[in-house]
Amino acid sequence: MAESKVREPLFHVVKREGLPIWKTLLVYAAAIVGGLLLVSIFCAVCSEDIDNPLEMFSSMFDGAFGTERRIWIFVREGALLLGVSLALLPAFKMRFWNLGANGQIVISCLVCYSIMNWANTSETPIPNAIVVIMIILFGVGAGIVWAAIPAVFKAFFGTNETLFTLMMNYIAQGLVTVMITIWAPTGSGSLSPIKNYGLPNVINEHFLAILTISLITVFIFFYLAKSKHGYELAVVGESEKTAKYAGINVKLVTIRTLILSGAICGIVGLLITGGISHSVSSVSHNNMGFTAIMTSWLAGFNPLITIATSFLITFISLGMGQVRQDFGFYNDAIANVALGIVYFFIIACHFFINYKLVFRNSKHLEEKMGITTVGGEKGKKGGNG
Amino acid sequence: MIASLLIGAISLATVFLFGCVGEIITEKSGHLNLGIPGIMCVGTAGGCLGASVYMGALNGATPSYPILFLFSSLTTFTFSAAVGAIYAFLTVSLKCNQNITGLAITIFGTGLTQFMMDNVIDRSQLFAASSVLKQGLPFAENLGWFGNVFLSHGVLVYLAIAIAVAASLFLNKTKAGLNLRAIGENPAAADAVGINVTNYKFAAILTGSGIAGFGGYFYIIDYIGGSWENASTIEALGWMSIALVIFTLWRPALSIVGSILFAALYILAAKLPGFVSGITFTFTSVLKLFPYIITIIVLIITSIFGSKNVQPPQALGLPYFREER
Repeated sequence: MAESKVREPLFHVVKREGLPIWKTLLVYAAAIVGGLLLVSIFCAVCSEDIDNPLEMFSSMFDGAFGTERRIWIFVREGALLLGVSLALLPAFKMRFWNLGANGQIVISCLVCYSIMNWANTSETPIPNAIVVIMIILFGVGAGIVWAAIPAVFKAFFGTNETLFTLMMNYIAQGLVTVMITIWAPTGSGSLSPIKNYGLPNVINEHFLAILTISLITVFIFFYLAKSKHGYELAVVGESEKTAKYAGINVKLVTIRTLILSGAICGIVGLLITGGISHSVSSVSHNNMGFTAIMTSWLAGFNPLITIATSFLITFISLGMGQVRQDFGFYNDAIANVALGIVYFFIIACHFFINYKLVFRNSKHLEEKMGITTVGGEKGKKGGNG
Repeated sequence: MIASLLIGAISLATVFLFGCVGEIITEKSGHLNLGIPGIMCVGTAGGCLGASVYMGALNGATPSYPILFLFSSLTTFTFSAAVGAIYAFLTVSLKCNQNITGLAITIFGTGLTQFMMDNVIDRSQLFAASSVLKQGLPFAENLGWFGNVFLSHGVLVYLAIAIAVAASLFLNKTKAGLNLRAIGENPAAADAVGINVTNYKFAAILTGSGIAGFGGYFYIIDYIGGSWENASTIEALGWMSIALVIFTLWRPALSIVGSILFAALYILAAKLPGFVSGITFTFTSVLKLFPYIITIIVLIITSIFGSKNVQPPQALGLPYFREER
């Protein structure tokens, strides 16, 4: 048989051994800038008010950092998103896809509002201190219940948690709609904020949230890195069988981790209704539950990097809100389009961090060939001699 | 009453059926596409764009049923398959995490659809387009209740059933279907016998996404008659379609029955106020929770009683990298 000529493909994919930190950061930065550039071109095409795609960037910076108040809101929103991301981290590390953070937040908001509303309409005056204790207990409790239900079914029957938690979102949002028809029967569809009750203001209405989330960040960092619980859930995430043979109670770890996850979502809900909005709606979660999935995954489930990703995404969403105002976009759908595009770029850039392309005629290949065949032997001989 | 329930159930089931069959085809290639809700939205935008452009171009002339149907179907498929291509490129070529990519697709898809429906598409044309596409078979009225229940639907209902049957035959009776299932179970083994894993995966994801897109388009153009609420309604239906994949045990033929059953329960909850007197607004909003509770119950029942033989494709969710064996 004649020697068949094998045509080598133009390039092939090789796994990387690990990229230096500065190169990794460079790839991320390039992906983010690339994504935002595409967004700006999209906006420029869609809006007649934009002559130069780069105008969008100054508008974004203005939206996030334009005034002192905007900076406070930026930090607060970033902190809340960070809180939700940290809530999801332990669950994801355990390979439990908790897509139900939206519901866990909203149900906590709903419970807090019910208590505040009860105190507000009660005939005998109720001191705020009692209300605060109650909303902390029951608000966080509601978040825990909402997360623990899917966890129990996952642990005992292996029920698909992805869709279970998603459905719990819709139920929580639906319950808010039900309660609004009771509290505001006129059909305005929104509730008036209850300013008399709620969490105390520390410095201003934003600071309490920032402070609480900072403490949670420290807690989660040590919980995952140093505690036995953190170790156990990491083992369960790596391999359930290994965990079982190592004597870890997988069911217990699953439920326990989701209780933690739900509790932090509950705290976020408590901060939103008790401290910031003093009201509730079916979108009180501001879709942070979904956004947080992206932020925590983009951070590689590392609590410290999550800080950076949370604030980056918050910058984009607040910035796009300003872009929408400045350039006359009809609704906030443009923010989701922008986020989607940026996500695609960041997701795609992981490929270039984990793999590399080797081209058919690249120097790299020639070197590799040289070393492994003739050059390699020569080199070895030289070394021995 | 039962007839009207069945008519509604078959109609609504079509939304689920498109989404469910699309997701089954995708999952058979080993890819869990959580972007299906977003893709269903984009399909809506594509189809409505096609329909409104055609209706607008007519300038008052009588629309032709086949041209409207074919043209809007083409745009539906193109738009949803294009978004499916983003998913395929990221998860197949770049080997990215499927859940994360899917969620990003859903966020992007709902946003893009909302944007297009509000800014790009002339929604006033959709009512007329809907009344054309909703026409049932001409002889349906002569066949009594049977005609009413089964033959009075728009063409997309029959398209959905035809696609489900075709998908079932393709997966179980053809060589290409066997190859696709092999890839979903063990891509390395499939690769070793000379099946082009990448091509199959791309084909399955693009076709699956294209089919799923019809679910959203059908919902707007037929089920609710050309009006528009918002993208999140379609997103919710998309999640239920994915849940139906588990319920119908990854079988397209079974999903025809499954989606009608599920839709009947959905409609029963929604229509209850019509049968009972003295219903308050609160009660109707409580009833709106039922579909989600039903979905959860379905998930739990499937997980408790599901046999060991009926499992998702073994390589579902795992990226395939040839050099990692």
